[in-house]
Amino acid sequence: MNLRRYVFQRIVTAFVIFLVILTLNFIIFRTIPGDPIKTMFQDPRMTPQDIQQLREAFGLEKPLLTQYFIYMYNSLTGELGISFTYRDSVWDIVSDRLVNTLILVGGASLLALLLGVSTGIVAAWRRNSLTDFSLLGTSLFFYSVPTFWLGMLSLFALAGLVPSSGMYTPGVDYEGPLDKFFDLMRHLIVPMMVLTLVLFGQYVMLMRSSLIDVLQEDYITTGKAKGLSNRDLLRRHAVPNAMLPMVTVTAINLGLVVGGAIQTETVFSWPGVGLLMYEGLIARDYPILQGSFLVVTLVALVANVLADITYAFLDPRVKVG
Amino acid sequence: MTKKKADVGIGRSRRLGIITDRALWARRADSLRRLAKRSNKNLGLVAHSRMGVVGLLILGAFLFIALAAPLVLDFNPRDFNIGDMFLPPSSEHWLGTDDVGRDVFAELMYGSRVSLLVGIAASGISVLIGGLIGVLAGFYSGAVGEGLMRFTDIFLVIPQLPFMLLIAALAGPSLFNIIVVIGVLSWPGTARIVRAQVLTVRERTFIERARAIGAGDRHIISKHILPNVIPLMFANTILIIAVAILTESTMAFLGLGDPLVISWGSMLHYAFVSLAMSNGAWWYFVPPGVCIAVVVLGFTFLGYAMDEILNPKLRKR
Repeated sequence: MNLRRYVFQRIVTAFVIFLVILTLNFIIFRTIPGDPIKTMFQDPRMTPQDIQQLREAFGLEKPLLTQYFIYMYNSLTGELGISFTYRDSVWDIVSDRLVNTLILVGGASLLALLLGVSTGIVAAWRRNSLTDFSLLGTSLFFYSVPTFWLGMLSLFALAGLVPSSGMYTPGVDYEGPLDKFFDLMRHLIVPMMVLTLVLFGQYVMLMRSSLIDVLQEDYITTGKAKGLSNRDLLRRHAVPNAMLPMVTVTAINLGLVVGGAIQTETVFSWPGVGLLMYEGLIARDYPILQGSFLVVTLVALVANVLADITYAFLDPRVKVG
Repeated sequence: MTKKKADVGIGRSRRLGIITDRALWARRADSLRRLAKRSNKNLGLVAHSRMGVVGLLILGAFLFIALAAPLVLDFNPRDFNIGDMFLPPSSEHWLGTDDVGRDVFAELMYGSRVSLLVGIAASGISVLIGGLIGVLAGFYSGAVGEGLMRFTDIFLVIPQLPFMLLIAALAGPSLFNIIVVIGVLSWPGTARIVRAQVLTVRERTFIERARAIGAGDRHIISKHILPNVIPLMFANTILIIAVAILTESTMAFLGLGDPLVISWGSMLHYAFVSLAMSNGAWWYFVPPGVCIAVVVLGFTFLGYAMDEILNPKLRKR
């Protein structure tokens, strides 16, 4: 199979999966009891006539299949409904917030990947030594600690040293873009550190076990027999191959990263999609919840496709199969 | 062999091709002895693995606390005492009081019940679903298996926490709903692991032999496939309990906990919204997090130790 066809096939599959998830979303909201109109306008003064009128206005009296097609069309064209609390288009709100989340999540993922991979290499190379056990212990600790709690602890420990909420200091006139950037960095550093530490633990454990697997391979023994130095052995033969599974895992992990982002953004009031979901949860703003969920899922799907394609580039065996 | 003799041994009856009642029982006893020996060896391995022992000790301690809590303490979550809010630790309140004047230590002991209950029940549901789908997908590798795996892939790609939050918010926060939501949405990993194992077991010769003497699918699955998959599922269950406990506390922290029960996650939720951090009330928000981390670590340790014991491929390294 050539690469172009593989890429095309992956994109089509991802699109089909997205359609299925959209359908699932449609079904969930229609099987859960409760009248959406009553939930949206929590007003006891509404007469049955008012409710009926609103139901017709929102198309809830149309046959289910018609509703389904309208819903699919709207969702695919970015029409995700109106927020109960903001009374504004969900798509506009979510897409505004998405950039902020990507800054936080992107920075943390990259940092965690770098730190995790290098730590994992050390742990695998010195397997079963004291260094290995302490590194493994540290990563297991960060794996077991709730993200939001780590955030609360650092809020407490670093109170007063760095700003603890938001992205920018409110009400400040910046002297230039550089000034604004530094303010952003000061707000970013703690939330990003928390998210990094939580992801770090998983990457260390994955890289460690992946590299241990590779080090059992025959070509490593051959390399040793050839008289390669340990450094060359690791850098040229072991690590590149051990990195392969990390590509896939990084993409699959994206769901986890999003979960971590919800918690970190909530604790640090970082105005991203995660905080939006928390606000939607507290206010029971279902359109916001649903819209954020769909956007986040779409991002995860895209990341998965990108990872698959990267993998195919890196590992020529995929193309054959 | 016409008269039943007391000293008919296994060897002799087997040689004669006759299985008497007594011989049958002797054989059963023999296999039981062998099984006991094998599990003894396994227990030995658990003891050898320090991780496993530490995990077991941690979990034993928390299980004891969870069971003993109602016997030792007289605690009512709705006993508010606003005058006593945020009292620091003292001989009367070992871990101080919370934002409505309740004893934090008592809350902590009660919270262990929720965490363990949710963790165990949710992972039970998840392993049942994941195991069923995994076994079916592995055994029927045609269109049925393919379809089931595509279904699993879809669930694998959906970001889990947002999906759980969405459904829990719609269904309403109650302990039962939280257990079901976590259980019903965390099975895809199990399904994949189980399927992979079934695929290798299915190709072994004893399956072919069973089929040759006319065994049906149901018989092969229950008598030959399941016994080979269950140990793996067991280790997986323990690891999933750890994840389920973390998920429960996260959902409770985000305000989706059952308002009628106290859990470690809901304690942290109230600590967060009552600004315990800026009030300096460390005794309110530090202990619940430590408990969550320690219990999750305990299950993770035990799970990895089990994995190492039940998965000979790992032991070799």
